Amino acid sequence: MGMTMAEKILARASGRDKVVPGEYVTATVDVIMGHDGTFPRAYELMKENGFNKIKHPEKMVVVADHRVPATNVAAAETHRKMREYVREQGIENFYDAGSGICHVVLPEKGHALPGRLIVGGDSHTTTYGALGAASTGIGSSELAYSMIKGELWFRVPETIKFLLKGELDKGVTPKDIQLKIAGTHSAEVAQYKAVEHTGPAATALSVDERMTLSNMGIEIGAKFSFFAADEKTLAYLKERTSEQVEPFGPDEDAAYLAVYEMDVSGLEPQVALPHNVDNVKPVGEVGEILVHQAFLGSCTNARTEDLEAAAALIKGHTVSPWTRLLVIPGSHEIFLNLTKSGAIQTFLEAGAMIGTPGCGPCGGGHMGILAPGENAVTCTNRNFKGRMGSPESFVHLASPVTVAASAIEGKITDPRKYLT
Amino acid sequence: MSIVIKGKVWKFGGHINTDYMAPSFSKELPWEEQKKTILHVHKEFVARHQPGDVIVAGDNFGCGSSRESAPTNLKRLGIGCVVAESFGRIFFRNSIAIAFPVLVCEGVSQAFLEGEELELDFAAAVVRNLSQGKELKGMPLSGDLVNIVAAGGILSLLSSQAQA
Repeated sequence: MGMTMAEKILARASGRDKVVPGEYVTATVDVIMGHDGTFPRAYELMKENGFNKIKHPEKMVVVADHRVPATNVAAAETHRKMREYVREQGIENFYDAGSGICHVVLPEKGHALPGRLIVGGDSHTTTYGALGAASTGIGSSELAYSMIKGELWFRVPETIKFLLKGELDKGVTPKDIQLKIAGTHSAEVAQYKAVEHTGPAATALSVDERMTLSNMGIEIGAKFSFFAADEKTLAYLKERTSEQVEPFGPDEDAAYLAVYEMDVSGLEPQVALPHNVDNVKPVGEVGEILVHQAFLGSCTNARTEDLEAAAALIKGHTVSPWTRLLVIPGSHEIFLNLTKSGAIQTFLEAGAMIGTPGCGPCGGGHMGILAPGENAVTCTNRNFKGRMGSPESFVHLASPVTVAASAIEGKITDPRKYLT
Repeated sequence: MSIVIKGKVWKFGGHINTDYMAPSFSKELPWEEQKKTILHVHKEFVARHQPGDVIVAGDNFGCGSSRESAPTNLKRLGIGCVVAESFGRIFFRNSIAIAFPVLVCEGVSQAFLEGEELELDFAAAVVRNLSQGKELKGMPLSGDLVNIVAAGGILSLLSSQAQA
């Protein structure tokens, strides 16, 4: 019997020939990621417990993205101490305020490579599965433990497969696939499990698009959320890493706990209504929902292709007078791409606000917090009560093009009417 | 090593996420104010919970963000343990890592009414409803994970090993 992607990586990283689901292993991690929300707590915990040295500073990647530029004195102080610690420990892979969101930056800068085992102090660390890495989120104590030891315990997960067939219609995106999966199979279909996305509709996706699905793997409970690394992955990484990168996938005779087939042909744009990610309806069935704030950003959907598609839709239109459109490119590189292509000008002419690359209001940090009674439509990943501000506000998740169309009309709108 | 927790039950439904345990809208408030927002979706709990109480929940308790402040806040409120049908995996790991007892136990949400007395024998993975005289078997953890909780958390364990 062969191994799945998760099994192959955990076997390699724990020095075994083979592992099986349910086994516990101690595995050496290849990359450890921390950001300004979780990394400072991790090194404080290290110090409190008498540990003063990161074992492998060269494996560390640290990103300031959650409260950037600093939101208040406390955040500024956290950032200042974090910079001091990064220098003291000799961490070279440090991306300061404005570089972008960790889950956008790590792939861009070539830290997320096929076959790697990556832990990160952030739940959306599953994103790098789009490049064939086994990557998963941990909390600050385990982040500290990994920094001290360079290894961590893992339970080898069962793997489930999403077999995606057919072709997406114009105006329908990987975000809609992911929301449909959550809506159909629940927010815990992948609890404790690894996911592999396969089939013609999976391989047809670009690397940017794959990252949206892997990113939201955590929203269905996944530990890892993979795509096999193929020629598209290698092309994406070519200019981004000097390391030799090989295609990577599961063995042909690997065993899966379940296979879920989905035909994406004819899929409609989807919306997750408040306050759960699996509370999903097709956009045509949500009724009239007025939008106070439309947000294009986050580690889920603020990559170049996402924002270019939103800009193309909005070009020549203006944002509804009682709606605010906020655009936050996922990284400095993306901001530059959008500036060169004219997309930023398009957004500004439509009446949008543009923010510094970072997480923005997605986690309720800053730059677009919602008031009681306000509705948001956003291409982010969570619509929990109070997620983006007041516990009396309402967050609706959708694709970037649905957000753009909704900003034009001031209510949740099917993007396809603007794409004929 | 025996870890036994006893307390009055507060019940929660499914998909209680970590944003509810550590909301960003209150994170910069003083603790006394923050306390009033922890698990704000259960108003009775917020108003009346006492140190030593325990939580019984449905599926996917602790889904969402990796914030360790979620189990830390529950521990700081004095909550003794959480027994749930299933957990979000990062919350589950974080709880073990900070020595906050959590147990997966199928059928637990049907087995308790709010206010009843629960007893958890953590290492044995046994849950008792003392009010009804019923006993349930949960999913046992490996000995290594029980040891992490017994040692006071993964970093305390590491620290004591380093000194040994």
